[in-house]
Formats: sequence, structure tokens, C-alpha cells
Amino acid sequence: MFSLEGITTSVQDWLFMKFNPTMALAMECVIVILLSISLFALLGLVLVLMERKVAAQIQIRLGPNRVGPGGMFQTVADTLKLIMKEGLVPDKADKFLFNLAPFVVMMVGMLLLAPIAFAKNFQIWDINIGVLYISAVSSLSVIGILMAGWASNNKYSLLGAMRSGAQIVSYELSAGFAVLTIVVLTGSLQLSEIVKAQENGWWIFKGHIPALIAFVLYIIAVTAETNRAPFDLAEAESELTAGFHTEYSGMRFALFFLAEYINIFIVCAIGATLFFGGWMPLHIGNWEAFNHIMDYIPSSVWFMGKTFFLIFLIMWFRWTFPRLRVDQLLNLEWKYLLPISLFNLLLVAVIAILGWHF
Amino acid sequence: MFLKEYISDVVNGVSSLLKGMRKTGYYFTHPKEIITEQYPDNRATLLLSERFKGEVVMPHDANNEHTCTGCTACELACPNGTIKVVTKFEFSADGKKKKAIDTLVYRLELCTMCNLCIVACPSDAIIMAPNFEHSVFDRTKLTKVLNQPGSKIREGIE
Repeated sequence: MFSLEGITTSVQDWLFMKFNPTMALAMECVIVILLSISLFALLGLVLVLMERKVAAQIQIRLGPNRVGPGGMFQTVADTLKLIMKEGLVPDKADKFLFNLAPFVVMMVGMLLLAPIAFAKNFQIWDINIGVLYISAVSSLSVIGILMAGWASNNKYSLLGAMRSGAQIVSYELSAGFAVLTIVVLTGSLQLSEIVKAQENGWWIFKGHIPALIAFVLYIIAVTAETNRAPFDLAEAESELTAGFHTEYSGMRFALFFLAEYINIFIVCAIGATLFFGGWMPLHIGNWEAFNHIMDYIPSSVWFMGKTFFLIFLIMWFRWTFPRLRVDQLLNLEWKYLLPISLFNLLLVAVIAILGWHF
Repeated sequence: MFLKEYISDVVNGVSSLLKGMRKTGYYFTHPKEIITEQYPDNRATLLLSERFKGEVVMPHDANNEHTCTGCTACELACPNGTIKVVTKFEFSADGKKKKAIDTLVYRLELCTMCNLCIVACPSDAIIMAPNFEHSVFDRTKLTKVLNQPGSKIREGIE
């Protein structure tokens, strides 16, 4: 049976057989870096194409259909165009920060990749405070955005960046509370433990009402955190031209664009891990036969399937809902999501203590 | 009381969002709803809306007859001088003098497809046709004579 675990163990064994342990470790690091960079590039291409196709279908259009079969190579062509374009730096921009900002945003995406379990025993870094690490690092991306907005020396950029700051700081709270719900149910911050706890059913089923509420809150909050419509005030094409990346062009713009999609992938991967059991196949309680059949589907397929389902959900939001005004945005967080998530946390604590979950 | 309002707010909000998602979800799962026309590829099977306005034409029947009486209502109705009716006098069979058109000149490059001439025409002699491939290399080709050579007014149209 196909499994990523087998590949990694055989590669590791081979490396440790051929080289001394330090060399082998260094080479493993290089391999991991290369893999994550290529995953980023691939995800950027696939997700942009997916977004355009989903958007087209929802708006009763066809979407890209000229470059390659069914428009498959449209994003490749776009990327080539962006690479060849001149990256313009405005005269009065803060050159250092301006050039640094896209890399900060990308770096955050790369750091977030570390604790995600892509398949059974296929994880870069199984850190025991995984969930905490994720919520800590994901809030760093706002620094990159603020940097970009400030360094551009452009009022649209600055406004967009400030909005993005307000938005991410507020929505971090309810995202954190939603994640805490699962932590309360599992009793562990380690992502592999959280996945293991869902062996006899995913938390969204086992945790019933509070898990469902937490899932809805999580999806809303991460949509806001990744600056996507209906919360894309930071970009808001119709008001701020392009928000914080107004002044960016060429490859620097491409990095921002890529970072947006990478962030979506990561939050969806985390959502899938917390609520849908990550790589864990669909197991129902004690139905041994059913569980056994489900185990035949490779765990990486399960993980990717769940993640892409959540990504589709977020895209569906984007192409259905109109953009919120900035006061409505903050109202939604502070008057609705935050009280509900606090109440939900109380509920889940009661349920976890009394053992009312499955 | 406040709590009741709050909860009903949330429920209303969620249900209206779900309604929107149901609509877009329906479109997503029903590709047959797609209305895109891949124009140059499907020129033969192009589907245009009935009310599409491409240019003014004067329909002629099999006997090369039209229904234009030369009343110049269209010329008067046109806001930007697109139509010019050149009239002449004809003698009908019983020797009566009758006004008829010599030529109806239509200048496509001035036309905004506002449809006012069609509305003004008392005998429905001109209609809007759904042609839109109008590009030519010479501007003078855009000035068209709508009545065909040798055509005459149909009997019984006053």
C-alpha cells in the first residue's frame, strides 16, 4: 500500500547508512526545505487555478479554458509573466522594508508548515505545543502586512495595512477559542495527539454541538485572518485599489499572492486536523469492517481531501458573500463571535468534565 | 428580552447566509447553467438574446417588397441623425400620386442602438437585427442603404 511514511523511513535509513549522522541530518534538512518550497510553488499554482475555476462555475462562467487542456496551465503562464515583469519600487518608499515585507509574509507561511501532519507519521516537526505554536506564529503575518503598507509610502497601502492589523488582532481571539475547544476535548496541544484522539470518530461528530459551533467560528475567523472576502477589507479593490500591496509588482506581488493562498491552505489544514481528524480515515466507533475498508485509502489522500474540502468551503464563501464594512467587521467579532466562543468554551468544558462527548 | 433579540439576530444572519450559499452551491453543482458563449469557436451555434440590438435593418419579403411608407418618423425620432429618408413620388395603378421612399440611408457609425426609430415606425418597416460583426476597413462601408434596389412598398400599406 502506498504510504509516505515508508518513503521517508527508507530515505532516512539510506542516508544514515551512507553518511555520518551529522551529514545525514543536514541532508534531511535540505530535502525538507526543498520539499516545502516545491509544495508552496505547487500549491500556489493549483489553488489559484482552483479559485478561478470555482469562481467561474459559481458565477455561471467557464473560467480559464485556453491555456492547456481545460485551462490547466493558465496559472503557469501567469507565473511566468509575473517573473518576467519588472518589480517596481516607488521613489519615496522605504526600500529595505519594502523588499523585506513579502518575504516576512512568506516566511510565516513556511514556519506554519512545520507542525502539520500531512500523513501518518509524515510531519516535519511534531512539537508538543503544536497548537500554541500555530496560533503564535500565524499572528506574525500581520507584521509583514503592516511593513508592506507602511513602507509603500501610499495612503491606500497604509489604510489597508491598518485595517488588516485591526482585523487579524480581533479575529485571532475567536480562532484561538475555537482551537481551544478541541484542545479541551483532547487534553493535548500536540497535533499528533489530537489526530490520534480521533481514531474512533472525528471531533466534529464526537464533540457534537460545541465542536460544530467551534468549527463554524473557526471557519469564519480564519477567513477573516487570511484577509479573504467577505473580510477582504485589507485589499478591498473597490475602495483601496489593492490595499497593502498596491505598490507591489512583479515577483514581489506574486509572493504576496502566493502567501495568501498558502495561508488558506495552512488554516484549512489545521482546521482539517482539529475537526476532521487530519490524516485519520473516517472511522465510526466499533464498526471494525467499515473502519478497515476506510484504512485502505492512504492517509495522505484523506488529509488532502479534507483540506481541499475546507478550501472549497472558503472559496464558496468568497464568491457568495458581499464584503463587510469595517465597523460591521469589528461588530461581528466583538459582539457576536467572541461572546459566542466564550460561551462555547464554557459549554465544552462542562461537556468534557461530565464526559458527555462520545 | 435582549438575549432573545440577540439569538434571533444570529439565527436570521446565519439562515440568510445559508440561503445565499444554497444559490451559489446550486450553480456550482449544475454546470449546465453556464451561459458563457465561446464566441469565435461557436459562431455557427451562437445563442443571442432576442432583444439583442446590433443594427437597423429593413425586412423584405419574397416579392422584394417592404412596408416603409416614407413617413420620415424614424428620421425625426433619431437623436443623432443616423437615418436619412430620401422620398420620391410614385403613381399608383389608379393614377394617384403617392409618397414612397427612394432610399433609406442608415449610418451605422452614428447609431447608438437606442431603438427609438423602431418604436417610432408606424408600419414596422424597420427592425433591429442581432448582427454584431460590423468591423470594416473602410468607414464609408458603414453607411448603408436599407431598402434593396428595385424594392417597392407592399400593397395596402398606408
